[in-house]
Amino acid sequence: MRTIGERALGLAWVVPALVLVGVFVYFPLAENLGFSTLKWDIYSGSQEYVGFANYAKLVEDPVFWRSLGNNVLYAVVSIAFQVFGALVLAALIEGVRSERWQRVLRAIYFIPSAISLTVAGLLFYFVYEPDLGLLNHLLQAAGLGRLGHSWLGEESTAMPAIIAMSQWQGFGYSTLLFAVAIQRIPREIYQAAALDGTGPVRRFRHVTLPLVREMTGVMSMVTISGAFQVFNEVMVMTGGGPDNSTQVLGTWLYRSGFVRNDFGYAAAIATVIFVITLGIAVAQLWVARRRRVTW
Amino acid sequence: MVSRIGFLGVVARVFLWAFLLCLAAVVVYPLLWMVLNGFKTNGEIFGSPFSLPSHWSFDSYRKAWNRGVSDYLTTSVLVTVTSTVATVFVSAWAAYGLTRVNIPFSRLTTGVILGGLMLAPSVALVPLVKMFQAMGLYNSFWALLILYTAFRVPFTTFLIRAYMLDLPREVDEAAEMDGCGRWTAFWRIILPMCKPIITSTVLLHILFAWNEYLFAMVFTSGAGVQTLPVGLMSLMSKHGTEFPVVFAGMAIAAFPVVLLFFAGQRHIVKGLADGVGK
Repeated sequence: MRTIGERALGLAWVVPALVLVGVFVYFPLAENLGFSTLKWDIYSGSQEYVGFANYAKLVEDPVFWRSLGNNVLYAVVSIAFQVFGALVLAALIEGVRSERWQRVLRAIYFIPSAISLTVAGLLFYFVYEPDLGLLNHLLQAAGLGRLGHSWLGEESTAMPAIIAMSQWQGFGYSTLLFAVAIQRIPREIYQAAALDGTGPVRRFRHVTLPLVREMTGVMSMVTISGAFQVFNEVMVMTGGGPDNSTQVLGTWLYRSGFVRNDFGYAAAIATVIFVITLGIAVAQLWVARRRRVTW
Repeated sequence: MVSRIGFLGVVARVFLWAFLLCLAAVVVYPLLWMVLNGFKTNGEIFGSPFSLPSHWSFDSYRKAWNRGVSDYLTTSVLVTVTSTVATVFVSAWAAYGLTRVNIPFSRLTTGVILGGLMLAPSVALVPLVKMFQAMGLYNSFWALLILYTAFRVPFTTFLIRAYMLDLPREVDEAAEMDGCGRWTAFWRIILPMCKPIITSTVLLHILFAWNEYLFAMVFTSGAGVQTLPVGLMSLMSKHGTEFPVVFAGMAIAAFPVVLLFFAGQRHIVKGLADGVGK
């Protein structure tokens, strides 16, 4: 039929994608592993092989552990709000009778996900600002002025404030996706359950929840993976401060490399992010495959 | 009994609406505050945070526009348009090759291209900086075009490939019988059939490129090559005490994508759902 030459010619279709991904995604990744064994000053250009010293430093570095802890906190809160909260919300919206209003509500909730995290982060930088900020003004108006804080300026409130902003920004996105999953459930199942006299709460538990399980699984993985890649909002709102209390792996990587000129150490942090996100992706593939077999 | 359930039903409905509307207010109010603050004076922002501006003037919006936002916007449009075109074409070619052409090592190739989905951009950051400095592309438009394309090809290929897999085989056979070469078949027949998914991927890429921050921040520094997200941070650091101007700049940056979302909502939702759900 076709000669080998003709088949090889077909490769031309995929070469641009392969080259781009190979050169700019895979190659740097491999190179990063090498860099993480160097003591490297990018401005003077001096490089020195130090073996696993950067990783040893990582273990001793309290800011690294604090960053990792903040990423974990991010993941936990995001799972609660952007997966389970969003799923419940999507089901609640289905309870609205008019489909038009359902669409309007979902669209409104999605707006923060369309604007960039930079705009959202800057906006909440001002919302949390102690003097002109919306939050303190609202507390004052409600007679709770003494609860006011310099939200991003205090160690105890800065990280919760950033995470709260992130939930505001992201919950509409996952709500929208859950809505799609719920709408793919055949209406007859709900009608049958309603005829049996099953109330809305039990319908949610026994019909909706099991039937959107695949979406819930994928969204959980995507959310956790995203939580370990957080960068933008922290950079915009606090830059990791005060006193490194809001540092996450991404910002600590940036600061270690580009501010403190310790690129080998930054590469070691990058390796940690790589291992975590790859682990999550592999877990996701494994779960998806297992499920496909059992069904 | 029936009226009791009816009554409870009404109460439940009222609570449901109250909750949904409160949530909508929590989402919309900060955005409204942002837009309105662009019309206020510094004094009004501090003194009367909840009231409407005393007079509606576009001064701050004009100032923001003239102090760099127009440049950032131009760069953003340029980077977004070029990287969208590059990403969608490269991905559509790849998807075509992977699904409709009998190429050697097709499983491996699919794995390599789609495997890129699993890799976080921050992991490649340090080596990429070194690479782009060596190529002399650091702090240039090209850096963003290349990176936005390379890092989005896996996701975009994934979406288009899934769509092409569902197109019937007979299409290719018919094209071949008509004497179409591969090239013609792709442009004339397959690509037009993929229009719905192409629309989704275009919109999703625009949202991505318009909003991306990590690469934009690390790879550009001069005013001429900064996109909006990074530019806003410059605006903030330069004119941080002229709050109305900063708010106006934020509103200008947010406006196009919100508009785009409302115009293309259906396609965006479909693309997102297919991308996550499969």
